Amino acid sequence: MSEATLHQERAAASLRLERALIALGIVALIAAPFFIYPIFVMKMLCFALFACAFNLLLGYTGLLSFGHAAFFGGAAYFCAYAVKAWGWPPEAAILLGTAGAALMGLVMGFLAIRRQGIYFSMITLALAQMFYFFCVQAPFTEGEDGIQGVARGTLFGIVDLNAPMTMYFFVLAVFLIGIFAVWRIVNSPFGMILRSIRENENRAISLGYSVGRYKLAAFVMSAALAGFAGATKAIVFQFATLTDVTWQMSGEVILMTLLGGIGTMVGPVAGAGLVVGLENTLATSGFPVTIATGLIFMVCVLIFRRGIVGEVYARWLGRKG
Amino acid sequence: MLTVFGIPIQALLGQLLVGLINGSFYAMLSLGLAVIFGLLRIINFAHGALYMLGAFIGYLLLMHLGIGYWPALVLVPLIVGLFGMAVERLALSRLYRLDPLYGLLFTFGLALVIEGVFRYYYGVSGNPYAVPTLLAGGTNLGFMFLPNYRGWVVVASLIVCIGTWLLIEKTRLGSYLRAATENPQLVQAFGVNVPLLLTLTYGLGAALAGLAGILAAPVYQVSPLMGSDLIIVVFAVVVVGGMGSILGAIVTGYMLGLAEGLTKVFYPEASNLVVFVIMVIVLLLRPAGLFGRDA
Repeated sequence: MSEATLHQERAAASLRLERALIALGIVALIAAPFFIYPIFVMKMLCFALFACAFNLLLGYTGLLSFGHAAFFGGAAYFCAYAVKAWGWPPEAAILLGTAGAALMGLVMGFLAIRRQGIYFSMITLALAQMFYFFCVQAPFTEGEDGIQGVARGTLFGIVDLNAPMTMYFFVLAVFLIGIFAVWRIVNSPFGMILRSIRENENRAISLGYSVGRYKLAAFVMSAALAGFAGATKAIVFQFATLTDVTWQMSGEVILMTLLGGIGTMVGPVAGAGLVVGLENTLATSGFPVTIATGLIFMVCVLIFRRGIVGEVYARWLGRKG
Repeated sequence: MLTVFGIPIQALLGQLLVGLINGSFYAMLSLGLAVIFGLLRIINFAHGALYMLGAFIGYLLLMHLGIGYWPALVLVPLIVGLFGMAVERLALSRLYRLDPLYGLLFTFGLALVIEGVFRYYYGVSGNPYAVPTLLAGGTNLGFMFLPNYRGWVVVASLIVCIGTWLLIEKTRLGSYLRAATENPQLVQAFGVNVPLLLTLTYGLGAALAGLAGILAAPVYQVSPLMGSDLIIVVFAVVVVGGMGSILGAIVTGYMLGLAEGLTKVFYPEASNLVVFVIMVIVLLLRPAGLFGRDA
């Protein structure tokens, strides 16, 4: 068998595995709230979408943003404010949060793509920290208290989101829409160009692609989807606080992606589930979460760079991550 | 009373002094980052944690062993430097062949662990560290009152920065270091032990952060969070200055510290933001940074 067909075989096998995992995952998610505390699963779903949005940038474009908390937490603030101060219905508020995050992504992305590699990461981190300081001081975020008591409201004027199960299936729908969007982007011609930028930026330039525009577009999409997740989280938990805009949150989403598997569709979801689950367990044990997070980071970087899903692919399909 | 733009000159000079002190720490930390990045191609996220470690080791030496400020000024950089060398040998040395992003992620994890350990044992509140008796009190300069210790911090940081610059630009060891930055394989072929040089460089960078920490202990409170708040500002400083030149890192550090001090006088609400705003402006006008040769 020639190298090319062998490669195609493996790609097809990996696609089949991915599809099987996704089908299994959806069934599990529909059944989950009947066995596990729904709020907990909803939290996992919001973070999983956040991690997938982040992975669109890191895994498929090769850009490490250290400031994604700004979009996640920023959208949560916009959404919570729209509900509480203007009495907007949840769907409109979530869309506003998403749009706000996209706009922030446009501005931050425009600045950050002016530098490459490690500088890109530092700029995104600094800009997100700037947004954090802004949130600390701006009156509309209500400072240390955050925006509390956000009504869940009625979806499209008919579906009451106060019932836990209704809320759960709404979040599941948001999650699936978001994941589908990431999947469509990644597997479109546009996504292929993003991958070519990741693999060899100079070659992409010499092929005539305006790499800057593609990077910016990917950045905005990633920010918007992160915002989509953050705004939904604000509706679920009925508050928006400073925690979601800190640099620790930006680090957390990196950890989820790294642990699950950078550049895989399923990896960030698995990573988010594990990290949220771990934090939940540690919260009651008294062992500090920061230390655990830091240790997992170090171990992942040193010996486990493919992540869990990447490792599964490599073991079962002999594919190098 | 003498005023400048309606601001009493005492207040202006006072804030400029605060800015100069902050700038001293920005300069020392961004210098260490630049030294490490120059040779190792790693952005040391743990730099803030090492700075905090320096301050805490000084504090613990005083509390538990009764070792005062002056011996600590020598001991702390040594301990933090050795710790850095161990980290480089055990972990960072395995990451050189990979994308530099992994170095950033590893040191980020390291920073979380160091910070987490101190938070766990000492909480988040600050611990005061007394100013050494020799430098207690202040001097009346005629136009303003200068606390002696703060004057010493500015002098000491200048000595450290100029010393490091001389070490790198004027000594034989420094010339090896610069050569290895340009072409490590070739330098290795000439018989220089490059892996050792890498270890020493990271140790030097860590020692600089530790020294900055012990210098900072009497100025700020010794707290587990002191490093992480600072490091992000220092990253912005590094983006503004560009990491191409050691001198650039130093000058940018002092400049941005002063800019921050000035903002505190004229528009206090923005003093947290000003370094980031300057970063944005520099990115728009001169993306490679003020002293950068592009990355």
